[in-house]
Amino acid sequence: MTVTAGSAAALALGDDALVLSHRLGEWAGKAPVLEEEVALANIALDLLGQARVLLSMAGDEDELAYLREERAFRNLQLVEQPNGDFAHTIARQLYFSTYQRLLYAELAARDGEFAPLAAKAVKEVAYHQDHAEQWTLRLGDGTAESRQRMRRACEALWRYTGEMFQPVEGVDVNWSDLETSWLESVSAVLRRATLDVPEGPRSGAWTAGAGRQGLHTEPFGRMLAEMQHLHRSHPGASW
Amino acid sequence: MNNPTPAPPEPYAPEAAFEHTIARDQRIEPRDWMPDAYRATLVRQIAQHAHSEIIGMQPEGEWITRAPSLRRKAILFAKVQDEAGHGLYLYSAAETLGADRTELTERLIDGGQKYSSIFNYPTRTFADVGVIGWFVDGAAICNQVPLCRTSYGPYGRAMVRVCKEESFHQRQGYELLLTMMRGTDDQRAMVQEAVDRWWWPSLMMFGPPDDDSPNSARSMAWRIKRHSNDQLRQRFVDMTVPQTEKLGVTLPDPDLRWNEERGHHDFSAPDWDELKRVVSGDGPCNAERIARRRAAHEEGAWVRRAAAAHAAKRTARQREGAAA
Repeated sequence: MTVTAGSAAALALGDDALVLSHRLGEWAGKAPVLEEEVALANIALDLLGQARVLLSMAGDEDELAYLREERAFRNLQLVEQPNGDFAHTIARQLYFSTYQRLLYAELAARDGEFAPLAAKAVKEVAYHQDHAEQWTLRLGDGTAESRQRMRRACEALWRYTGEMFQPVEGVDVNWSDLETSWLESVSAVLRRATLDVPEGPRSGAWTAGAGRQGLHTEPFGRMLAEMQHLHRSHPGASW
Repeated sequence: MNNPTPAPPEPYAPEAAFEHTIARDQRIEPRDWMPDAYRATLVRQIAQHAHSEIIGMQPEGEWITRAPSLRRKAILFAKVQDEAGHGLYLYSAAETLGADRTELTERLIDGGQKYSSIFNYPTRTFADVGVIGWFVDGAAICNQVPLCRTSYGPYGRAMVRVCKEESFHQRQGYELLLTMMRGTDDQRAMVQEAVDRWWWPSLMMFGPPDDDSPNSARSMAWRIKRHSNDQLRQRFVDMTVPQTEKLGVTLPDPDLRWNEERGHHDFSAPDWDELKRVVSGDGPCNAERIARRRAAHEEGAWVRRAAAAHAAKRTARQREGAAA
């Protein structure tokens, strides 16, 4: 498969949405309240819809989702992180949905090949971001226990947030402006939630830009094994 | 000035008003008087219906992370999301009768209230997802379409919304099976095997036979139920058999045949002892289903406490703001 800059970009953005959607699917039947069953499935479904459009821009959606190995996935390491407790899931959502909202707002405003997708998706991700923000406030400014859990989650995932602003070839935005806006937006939410902005590095020497190059964290392989096993067990079958 | 003596109040006979409403096939609403037993029966039935939606998310939710195409994955997500939504409508309907959702959830996880027997069977292959859509949603539709006209207003209105969505899922389940039957030999075998496993449990969804259904007569007199278990079961069989032929699978019942005289299919009775065992907690997945629900509830307790604490803080702040 020859990969043009455009389809490499579609893969990167599509893989983000595909992988995070899958992680949210692992919550089905396990959410803390029924309303969150609905909300998490709704967000996952939006992301899956985005993934399908983006992967189809790069090739056959099912071939790309089910028949690539770990090293060929281009998603951010942030989105493949395991769900952890509800606070971890919310921290991941806050970081990623803020990024996606800013990125898609930029892409929607330009003429590029991602503009039509971005114009639709930006409405969805505004809702995702609002959902994450509301829960960050509830958990951060809730009980002592929820505050501690939320603080830990925000700190644990902080080191995966730098990768979001490694330029993606074929995505024409100003990445450093995006990063500045992201930091402002996330910091404001954390402060309102009475949480400190984590102080640690936003990427380590080992992780910088890794997911986008196909270098993933250990839990990702297991996630893919589960996601792909049925499709791979029946080569050539259609579903 | 002479105060005229007020006229004696009209003799108010709430029982007569209730009977009159039922007899005219009109709706009982939350503020109307109703017999205690009517209220209790409805709380039980609506809560169990809600619980079934919630437990029913599990057997299909099992396959979200393994769905073999992105299209099927999206369909499953949407379906499981709808089920959670149906649970919400139904708990709201139960709350109009004075029940409390938190208590109902506790009754579910301590085994005090039941849910549909069908969700105690395991989903072993992806064909099960299609068969659940076809049989289980099909059976649910047979049960629920008449419930759109049930005598209790909030329940009937919830059913209207639920039925629209269920029929959509039923078609999608059947369409998955059609696709699989046009696929590989393995896929066809998977469909037949799933049909064989789910047929009898699906027939049991309508409850025990009429001569062994203690609550039925009263529920029908109150027009909570509109048809007997056996009538609905017959309707399901008559509806399903032609679909079976179109799909190219067989049903695991050697006595199943069209009866010209009755204008219905004759079929064998499911194993009622098995139904009794499953309903009393001794089915293949009862323990897992409840344990999973309990774990979600208990592991989510800190989240619910946080939401309540945050809401209280906000209210207090608003009050301080208003006082200042």
